[in-house]
Amino acid sequence: MARAVVTVPAQARRGEIIEIKTLAAHAMETGFRRTQTGELIPRDIIRRFTCTYNGIEVYRVDLHPAVAANPLIAFTTIATETGTLSFQWAGDNGYTVTEIAPIRVE
Amino acid sequence: MIAPAARLFLALSAAWLLLESATAGEIPLPERRSGYEFMSRETRAMQDDDTGNPGTLWVLDGEALFKRKAGAADRTCFDCHGDARESMKRVAARYPAFDPARGRPVNLEQRINTCRVERQKAPPLAYESRDLLALTAYVARQSRGMPIAIAIDARTKPFLEAGRKAFHRRQGQLNLSCAQCHDEHWSGKLAGSPVTQAHPTGYPLYRLEWESLGSLERRLRGCLTGLRAESYPYGAPELVDLELYLMWRANGMKIEAPAVRP
Repeated sequence: MARAVVTVPAQARRGEIIEIKTLAAHAMETGFRRTQTGELIPRDIIRRFTCTYNGIEVYRVDLHPAVAANPLIAFTTIATETGTLSFQWAGDNGYTVTEIAPIRVE
Repeated sequence: MIAPAARLFLALSAAWLLLESATAGEIPLPERRSGYEFMSRETRAMQDDDTGNPGTLWVLDGEALFKRKAGAADRTCFDCHGDARESMKRVAARYPAFDPARGRPVNLEQRINTCRVERQKAPPLAYESRDLLALTAYVARQSRGMPIAIAIDARTKPFLEAGRKAFHRRQGQLNLSCAQCHDEHWSGKLAGSPVTQAHPTGYPLYRLEWESLGSLERRLRGCLTGLRAESYPYGAPELVDLELYLMWRANGMKIEAPAVRP
């Protein structure tokens, strides 16, 4: 099942600002809602998103209960060298998803 | 010879009939607006860009399900239908369509479940379940950009008329018909939100309010509850008739599935 989708330009010029978009499938259950019988639905959210570029962290987000389901995170970074962008989502109940995307820099 | 008075009467009644058909008829094609055109720039951008459209998550799930074996027959959808990008083209644009076995029109979700039960020998998927929405979204995605083409013949006519009647029937504690908002006041606002013309061009679609993909039936049930009317269960013939009428009413408009709506 599709857990996350990332979009990274396949190639870029050195020093170019590139836009990266990520979409993760997650219910982002707030922990504040109750069932019809009044029981609290336990919180189940993504807590942290990180992006590393050839092992160096370039972007990080802390997520909170107010973030909507299926969070779309878009950001920019500078294309420095050919290599791999690695994306990691981590959250409650042992949720982790990792995606990687190659990039060629000329 | 017709007396002048009678002639005047005939002319007047003809004019009245024309007027009547002009107000009671469907919105003409050049004046039709998809819900897309009522949305904010940001929400439009979300729909236009597949990488930002959360419906993509369901489409990708649907693609995986299409190629996954299911049921006692141990067959995939792909085994019979081949590449969905070819075989499922324009399919969503002509549903609900007549099913001879049931003797009535069925919507896309029901058609997918018929395939599951009869060909794959698998239990039907529940309405609004992630898997059924995913398969429907994947199939509907193959018709994106193609015009809705509901063909009405002698078999489907009575169901279209039933749907039309439902659309124009006042119901619920608010005593409103669908037509009163969506034909007569579509340019207005309801609690700050645009009323829109109710053309189901993008289903199943991702509604920001739902934080999920949902079917046209889910939307219709929401509208009925809003009228303080008792809504029909999923798959009810009344809902499918209404879906048929709404899709026919949107004939010629382009499929946007999976769309995004606020």
